[in-house]
Amino acid sequence: MALKTEPFVLNLGPVHPSTHGVFRMRATLDGEVVVDIEPIFGYLHRGVEKLAEQRTYTGIIPLTDRLDYISAMNNNFAYCLAVEKLAGIKVPERAEYIRVIMAELQRIAAFLIAVGAFLNDCGAYFTPFLYMFREREKIVDLFEMVSGQRLTYNYMRVGGVSQDLPEEFLPALRKFVDEMPRFIDEYDRLLMQNEILLARAKGVGILTKEQAINASASGPVLRASGVKWDIRKADPYSIYDRFEFDIPTGTVGDCYDRYRVRVEEMRQSLRIIKQAMAQIPSGPVRAEVPHLIRPPVGEAYARIESPKGELGFYLVSDNSIAPYRCHIRPPSLINLTALREMVRGWKVADLIIIFGSIDITVGEIDR
Amino acid sequence: MKFERYGIGIIKGLSVTIRHLLRHPTVVQYPEQRLNISRRTRGNELIWNQEKCTGCATCAKSCPLGAIEITTSTNPVENKYAVEKYQIDTGYCIQCGLCVEACPYAALYFSYNFECAKYRRWELVQDKEKMRETPERKVSGYFYPERATKLPRQTLLIERITEKD
Amino acid sequence: MMALETNINNLVRLQAVPPDWPGGFWGHWVFFTVVIIGFVLTMVMGVIYIERRGMGRMQSRLGPNRTGPFGLLQPVADAIKVLLKENIVPTAADKLVHWLAPVVAFAPALMIFAVIPFQNGAMLADLNIGILYVVAISSVSTVGVFMAGWGSSNKYSLLGAMRNVAAVVSYEIPLVLAIVGVVLIAGSLSLNQIVLAQDIPFILLQPLGFFLFFAAGCAEINRSPFDLMEADSEIVAGFHTEYSGMKFAMFYLVEYAEAIAISAIITTLFLSGWRGPLLPPWLWFIIKVLLVFFAMVWTRTTLPRIRIDQLMAFSWKFLLPLAVINLLVTALEVLASPAGLPWVVVIINLAIMAILILLWSKFFFKLGWGRIEV
Repeated sequence: MALKTEPFVLNLGPVHPSTHGVFRMRATLDGEVVVDIEPIFGYLHRGVEKLAEQRTYTGIIPLTDRLDYISAMNNNFAYCLAVEKLAGIKVPERAEYIRVIMAELQRIAAFLIAVGAFLNDCGAYFTPFLYMFREREKIVDLFEMVSGQRLTYNYMRVGGVSQDLPEEFLPALRKFVDEMPRFIDEYDRLLMQNEILLARAKGVGILTKEQAINASASGPVLRASGVKWDIRKADPYSIYDRFEFDIPTGTVGDCYDRYRVRVEEMRQSLRIIKQAMAQIPSGPVRAEVPHLIRPPVGEAYARIESPKGELGFYLVSDNSIAPYRCHIRPPSLINLTALREMVRGWKVADLIIIFGSIDITVGEIDR
Repeated sequence: MKFERYGIGIIKGLSVTIRHLLRHPTVVQYPEQRLNISRRTRGNELIWNQEKCTGCATCAKSCPLGAIEITTSTNPVENKYAVEKYQIDTGYCIQCGLCVEACPYAALYFSYNFECAKYRRWELVQDKEKMRETPERKVSGYFYPERATKLPRQTLLIERITEKD
Repeated sequence: MMALETNINNLVRLQAVPPDWPGGFWGHWVFFTVVIIGFVLTMVMGVIYIERRGMGRMQSRLGPNRTGPFGLLQPVADAIKVLLKENIVPTAADKLVHWLAPVVAFAPALMIFAVIPFQNGAMLADLNIGILYVVAISSVSTVGVFMAGWGSSNKYSLLGAMRNVAAVVSYEIPLVLAIVGVVLIAGSLSLNQIVLAQDIPFILLQPLGFFLFFAAGCAEINRSPFDLMEADSEIVAGFHTEYSGMKFAMFYLVEYAEAIAISAIITTLFLSGWRGPLLPPWLWFIIKVLLVFFAMVWTRTTLPRIRIDQLMAFSWKFLLPLAVINLLVTALEVLASPAGLPWVVVIINLAIMAILILLWSKFFFKLGWGRIEV
C-alpha cells in the first residue's frame, strides 16, 4: 500500500550545524526522502575576483588565503604558479621543495578536517573531529613556525616563499612524519570498519564514473568514483614529477570510498613529504622579483591539485601592476554541481553525509 | 549490506575511545598555562622605527588594504623627508606582513604581542607613539631572522605530547 | 505449572522482610516523593557532569573544570543560565501544546522511579506489577515529545518528533520481550522481588536479554547511536529546536532523567539492583546506575548515528526475532529446572547469545540501503 503524501520544502541552512559554513540548500522532502534539492550560493560572497583587479600581484596573495581557508597554502601555491607562468619567473630549487612540503602538509591538514567533519556529520559525536584536530594542530604549529600565522599563512610569494625555513623546522617535521602513520591507523581503528558507519556510508550517494566526469568533478570526489586523475601526475606542476606516490582510487564512488580515498591520500602525502625532506637542497628561497610585478600582456592558467580538487587561477595581464582579470576555478563549487544527482532519493540523514563527503569550503564557492 | 563483521568494528572503536580516557588530554588551560608562540609571530601590532624610516611610503603602497597612513613634509636643511604622521589602523590590518617585507630600510616590524584586544574601535588605530619598540612591545622575528633567535623557542604540540603505548 | 510454583516458593523463602519505614502511608509517601525528586535532580547533575567530563577525556580534552572544584558546579551554572534565559515561543506555535509538552514529557520520567527499589523495600510503591508499570509509564514521555514537535510548528521539530514516535513504537516490543525473560526467571513482576531473586545477576543468566534491553533502551531514550530524534547534524535539535529557557531545561532534564531511569531499570533487572557486598545497598545501587550510564556515554562518544530506516530494520529484523528466541529459550530453561537456574545455564546462555548474534548478523539481518527511487 502506497500512501499519497505531499512533498514539503525544508530549508537547510544557511545557519545549520552541518552545512560547513553558510551554505544553504532548499530541500524538497517527501517524508524523510529527499525528492529534490536546490543549492543556493552567495552567503559568503566577498568579490575576491573583482577585488583582485585592484590589487598588486603580491597584494592578491592574502586574498587567496581567504578562498579556501582550510587549505590556504594550496591557494597561495596555485596563485603564485599562475603569476610565475604569466611573468616567466624561475623559482629557486629550495623554494620549490619548501612549497611542495607545505602543500602536502596542508593537504593532510585539510583532509583531516574533511574526514573529521564527515564523520561528525555521520553522528559520531565530535570524537573523530577532535582527534583529527589534534593532528591538524601539529601541522598548524609547523606552519606557525615558518609563517607566523595559524590559518591565513600568506607564506608563498611570486618567485619563491617569503622566508627560509627556521632551523628547528626540519627536525620537528621529521618527528611529525614519523608519528603520523600511527595516528592515521588509530583513526582507522576508531571508525573505518565500524558497522554503523559502513551501513551509513557504503553504497550511499553513488556518483558513477560517467556522472563524475560529466560534472567535471575533480579531486577525491572524482578519484573515489574510480578515475585515476590527479593533476600532480596528469599535468605535473612545480617539481611533482620527481616524487614517487600512488593515486588511491575508489571503486564505487560512494561516501565510504570518498572517505577512504582521503585517508589513503594522507598516507601518500606523507610519502611525498618524506622524499622531499631527503632531497631538499640549500640555496636561496626567493627569486629576484621586482616589488611591483608588471607581467607582459597575456594570459595564464595554472592549476594544482588542491585537497578539494583542481584549483585553477586564470590571470589576464595588461602590463600594469594589477591583473586585468583574475578568475578562480574553485573545486568545491564544481564538485558541488554533482550533489543533486547524488542525493535524489536518499533520506535527509543521507543528504547530510553525502554533502559532508563532498567536502566543500564555502569561502571558495562564493569567493 | 549485511552486518557481516559481528560488531568487531564497533568494539575496536570503543577500545580506542576508552584508551583515550586514560591518556593525558591535549588541551592547554590558556590564561594560566601559556605556550610560547612562534618566533615569527605576526602579532596584532606593528612596530616602527622612526630613526630608520625615510618616509618613502613603500609600506603604504604595498598594503593590500590601505591601512597605513603616512604624511611627510620635506626638510630642505637635512635634505630628506620628515615623517609628520604615521599611523596604522590595526582594525583593518590583516597581518599579511607585506609591509614589513617591503620596507627597504628595515624600519617596520611586527610585534610579538597577540593579546591586543581593545574596548573601543578607535583604540585600534596605532599612531607614532604607540608604535615604538618598548620592553612590553617586543619585536617579532618575522622577516628578521637575527631578531628571531633572541626570542624563546616555540612550544610545539608534537614535542609536548609524549604518547606512550 | 508445578515448576513455576516451586520457583515462586523458593523466592518467597529468600525474600527478606522490608524494613519498617517511618510514618504511616502518608509519611512514607512524602518521604519517598522527596527522596525521588531529590535523587533524580542530583543524579541528573551528577550524570551531566560525568557525561561532559568523561566525554571530554575520551575526546582528549578536559571538559568543564572552571566552575567550582573540578568543575563540579558546572551543571548548577548551566541550570542557572538556562533558567534566566528568555522564554521564546514561535508566533505560529500552538501555544498551549507548546507550553504543555515539557510537563507531559517530564512527569513520566519522574514517575518511573516510584517503583525502583533503592534498597530492600525502599521504594515509593512496591507494586506487584512494577515492571509493567514502568513499561507503561515510560512511553508516555513520547506524547510530550510529539506535542513539542507538533506544537512548535517547525519542520525540524516535526521530523524529530516523527522519528521519535516511530522509534519508540518499534523499540517497545523488543524491550518488553527482553524484560519478560527476566520476569520468567524471577517469577515476579515486582522490581523488589526481581532484585531478591538475583543470587546470580541476571546479566549472566540473560546475556542476550541484557544486550537487547540495552540497545532498545538506548533507542527509546534517544541515546547514541540511536539519537536521531535530536540529531544535531541533521535536524538541528529535533523536537526541542524551538524551546528555550525553563522549557528547554525541562527537556534537558527529561533526557537525562530518562537515561537515569533506564540505567536504574537495567541495574534492577540485570545487575542485581542494590545487592552487593560491603557497601550499603543504596550506594551499590547508585554505583551500578552510574556504571550503566557510563556505558551509554562511552557508546555516545564512539558510535555514529544510524538512519531512520536502519533504526526500524534493526528493531524489527534483529532485536525482535532475537528477543522472541531468547524468550523461548528462557522459558524452556525455567521449565527444565524449576528450582532456580544453575550456573551451567550461564554458559549455555552465553553460547546461545554468541551463536544467535553470529547467525543473525551473517544470514538473516540486512541493513537496508534505504534508497527510494523518485
